[in-house]
Amino acid sequence: MLFGALLLTPFFATRFYIYILSFIFVFALLAMSLNLLVGHGGIYQFHHAAFYGVGAYTAGLIAAKTSLPIWIGFCAGPVMAAVAGWVIGLFCVRLNKLYFGMLQISLGSLIWIVALRWYGLTAGDDGIHGIRMPEILSGTRNVYFFILAVVSACLIVMFLIYKSPFGVTLRAIRDNPQRCEAVGINVRRHQLHAIVVATFFAGVAGVLFVVLEGSIFPDMLFWVLSLEIFIMCLLGGWFTFFGPVVGAAIMVALRTFVGSVTEYWTMILGIVLIFLIFFLPEGIMGINLREWARSRTRRAAARASEGADAAG
Amino acid sequence: MLQVEKLHKSFEEFKAVNDADLVVRKGDLVAVIGPNGAGKTTLFNLITGHLKADQGRILFKGQDISRLAAHEICRKGIARSFQIANIFSRLSVFRNVQVSVLSQKKLSRTLFRPAQTMVVEETQRILDSVGLSSKKLDVAGSLSHGDKRVLEIAIALGNEPELLILDEPTAGMSPDETESTMELVKRLAREQGLTILFCEHDMDVVFDVATSIMVMQHGRTIIQGAPEEVRQNATVQEAYLGGV
Repeated sequence: MLFGALLLTPFFATRFYIYILSFIFVFALLAMSLNLLVGHGGIYQFHHAAFYGVGAYTAGLIAAKTSLPIWIGFCAGPVMAAVAGWVIGLFCVRLNKLYFGMLQISLGSLIWIVALRWYGLTAGDDGIHGIRMPEILSGTRNVYFFILAVVSACLIVMFLIYKSPFGVTLRAIRDNPQRCEAVGINVRRHQLHAIVVATFFAGVAGVLFVVLEGSIFPDMLFWVLSLEIFIMCLLGGWFTFFGPVVGAAIMVALRTFVGSVTEYWTMILGIVLIFLIFFLPEGIMGINLREWARSRTRRAAARASEGADAAG
Repeated sequence: MLQVEKLHKSFEEFKAVNDADLVVRKGDLVAVIGPNGAGKTTLFNLITGHLKADQGRILFKGQDISRLAAHEICRKGIARSFQIANIFSRLSVFRNVQVSVLSQKKLSRTLFRPAQTMVVEETQRILDSVGLSSKKLDVAGSLSHGDKRVLEIAIALGNEPELLILDEPTAGMSPDETESTMELVKRLAREQGLTILFCEHDMDVVFDVATSIMVMQHGRTIIQGAPEEVRQNATVQEAYLGGV
């Protein structure tokens, strides 16, 4: 039903809202890809934006600097992101938890520095703007449908992975890596595979951003963005499958609507986060699921006792 | 089947395991006993590859496994349970066991098939054999302490081990739970032909269940032999049994 509503939205919403929704989809995908590691894998990937940036830069540079068809750029983006994820992951999986995160931030920031300083290729600080998209991807509405389709497809694939033995084992590693080794699982290799999968989807999100904005710039790989994605996961509920989508929607909405009133929108975000940590430590979706399960068992119990009364 | 020869392991200055020897033959139920800090858990961690030995050899079916990683040793056919309940606390009981069965069947990295339909029968059989079927949908973290320890053993069984190592399987259990758990251990050894190596504090349990007992003190093996032999050994009586 929600999906149907999203399909119809472009026919009555203003261009501004269509654009904001497209934006939310891109960040939803990005947050979902991170949550594959953070929420389901217990892997503290602190600098996830680096791979989002690699995806975007690959697609953007191929479109702006070569005469190759844009579709090659679209495919190369996620692949390059996954390769970068694999290389950095290779070093990081040797470490645990926070140490993993620290090394990951440093190595990810190297990519950011390259994007920032290699003027000849990336135009440094300025970034590259006005990247031309093919005819079919022009117009807010077309872009909206393209992004919606790609993000939906990615989420379906992610859901399959979540439900697969790979996903189950990943959650087992999150709960107890030591025990996993003792049942014969190569924990590091499993984590590395998860990183490759997650960075691939981050690359897809990067490509979609290029489609939406037609720009690439170094801030896309800056660690502040990584922090924002991390917060999206926590906000939405990192132990739930769709939590990050909710988190992304809230973050983008906050930034757009509160950000247009005051430049101190991060203060509002801070307050929201404080309340979150105190009252909903498992995120918004986390509490919903628990409440729902509880009310369902309560209702079932009530029905059972009614039945017993009637029988008696 | 398993042979430990002159094993040493120190942590900084402290010699946790200092010249330990152990022989486990197929079908044996071997108990390792010794006072707290005698090095029993360290010995088990060395055998399963969670720690690396400084010196000495560990032979499993004639092959030296002392340099292998934990997951490789598991593949050779040694599974273990831990002293503190070491389970996947956010997953259901069924999933806990399924994870290890999937790993055993080398299916852990299957990407696009629903796990729900895989290795269900094997997992169910293990849950039946340890008596956890009725709780299979519970979240593992919500189980009672005794059930968690049984689930530990069930996870280890998922690897279809030849040698099962249990680190104090009854620690923290009530007398009733202890009895039923040791019954379970005996039954597993009998029905599935498992060779079991365990350590335990309760001497009644040890002398009741074990077919061979190894006594450790200060990281050193004092004696290994049949229960009667160990009971009558003067050194053991002095050091550990307190003149029983």
